[in-house]
Amino acid sequence: MHAKKTKSILITLMSIVIALVMLAPLVWLVGTAFTEPSFNMSFIPKTKFTLENIKYVWNAIPFGQYYINTLILVIVTFSVQFITSTMAAYALAILDFKGKTVIFAIIFMQIIIPNDVLITPNFMTLSELGLTNTKIGIMLPFYGSALAIFLLRQHFKSVPKALAEAAKLDGATTWQTIWRVYMPTAKPAYLSFAVISVSYHWNNYLWPLIVTNSPANRTLTVGLAIFAKSKEANMQWANVCAATFIIILPLLIAFFILQRQFMESFVGAGIKE
Amino acid sequence: MKKTKLMGSKKEAIQGWLLIAPALVFMITFTVFPVFRSIYLSLTKYQLGMAAPEFIGLDNYIKLFSSDLFWKIMGNTIFFALITVVPSMAAGLGLALLVNRKGKHIGFIRTAYFYPVVMPMIAIASVWMFIYMAKNGLFDQLLVSFGFEPMNVLSNKKTVLPAMAVMYVWKEAGYMMIFFLSGIQGISGEVFEAAKIDGATGWQTFKKITMPLLAPTFLFVTTVALTNSFKLVDHVVIMTEGAPNNASTLLLYYIYQQGFTNFNYGMSSALTVLMLGILLIVALPRFISEDKKIHYN
Repeated sequence: MHAKKTKSILITLMSIVIALVMLAPLVWLVGTAFTEPSFNMSFIPKTKFTLENIKYVWNAIPFGQYYINTLILVIVTFSVQFITSTMAAYALAILDFKGKTVIFAIIFMQIIIPNDVLITPNFMTLSELGLTNTKIGIMLPFYGSALAIFLLRQHFKSVPKALAEAAKLDGATTWQTIWRVYMPTAKPAYLSFAVISVSYHWNNYLWPLIVTNSPANRTLTVGLAIFAKSKEANMQWANVCAATFIIILPLLIAFFILQRQFMESFVGAGIKE
Repeated sequence: MKKTKLMGSKKEAIQGWLLIAPALVFMITFTVFPVFRSIYLSLTKYQLGMAAPEFIGLDNYIKLFSSDLFWKIMGNTIFFALITVVPSMAAGLGLALLVNRKGKHIGFIRTAYFYPVVMPMIAIASVWMFIYMAKNGLFDQLLVSFGFEPMNVLSNKKTVLPAMAVMYVWKEAGYMMIFFLSGIQGISGEVFEAAKIDGATGWQTFKKITMPLLAPTFLFVTTVALTNSFKLVDHVVIMTEGAPNNASTLLLYYIYQQGFTNFNYGMSSALTVLMLGILLIVALPRFISEDKKIHYN
């Protein structure tokens, strides 16, 4: 019994030490963002607490604009995905018609090809549509989401047919049936997909970088990258840490509050992928 | 009777296609069409200043296969995949075993392991760039404090990819952890009970029960990890832009460079096609197992 207890304490100790190692970069980032810049970098800040770095980068970079842009992008993308995927998932789960195999093939295709791989042809399409340097241009490739369709389809399939038929007998239209019967049961799937979609688009970088060329449409990630690579950021780790802190804060807070939901969403989405 | 049924199914088909149309239009325009367009453009010469692509057959591929730079980049890409996939999976499994317990502090520990997953790569790379900075960076300071020479890891062609891999494993381990954790928790508790009754040690249980039962998880996690590694590019843009001397140029970064710095769309498309080929090979096992799932549904 004694040995077992020692073992358990050792495991706990080890997991805490690893947790501290994992947290170290974040601790350094926050510490550096909120202390006066020093000539020598140190893990534990030796200078005084200050909000000057945050103030400086907030004024040096149009972060307000970037926040608005990113929020618009994240919200509109998810809303459109919500509608298109619900419709498609209903069709695939409930209705019986020819040609489903082709649709499944397209869904699998999107699932195995990460969007970033197709930047060159997709950018051409966007230029031909005259949508470069627009917010809609950043969002368009994501409006049809194979992952969302897949997640929702599975939930819709588990709804007993009798429920839908009862609604139909009561005179409900297809829309009403989807709205009243199918959507409420798929709440966990919607929530999972919301987490995945929002974190993907909050963090996405390469595609928004390629599509945008003015502050009016840039996202937070693109803004941060431009700042981190600029001359004025050279050697100014306090400022870069402050800028990084500004862009990671909302998602990190959301994660610390909803950590269980986040992890479950990532597992669910990954396995169904 | 037969007629109404037929008409019903026709109505259902129209409704089905109408419902799926919006999502399908976007998926075809931005996933299917670009794949075929890449294949076509890869067989053409198409550069900045040209009004239209000019068909040249396999010239782009021949040019690539006879270029040292291309093979160097393929080597980098595969090397980077190896040094990220294996360690992040091993770390993920280790962390999953550590947090597969109940307790007050477990929530905090899982959070600490997982939070880098939700941070943007671009933010992580911006911060780690300073950690890896020459002399003044935290890593070089750590080396000096242990009596070693500072290494300036990002400027050395031998260390640049391993340094990036360490950063990536730090970011990805938590992601791998949750899949292993869900795999372990999916194994019936009775199996572990039985092993205990038979007097199996922890290591024996792990080797003889946990590992074999986790085989499907391993297969799945491997394809996810490989795909993730091949699509990773943000950190190269921020940290090195391929320096020193293309030692950190990865395939996707090269696609980006050819398309958006050199404006050589033909070449960029040929590279895209090769990337698609690699992704297809990686996804093949998954594809086959998905296929089975559908049949059994």
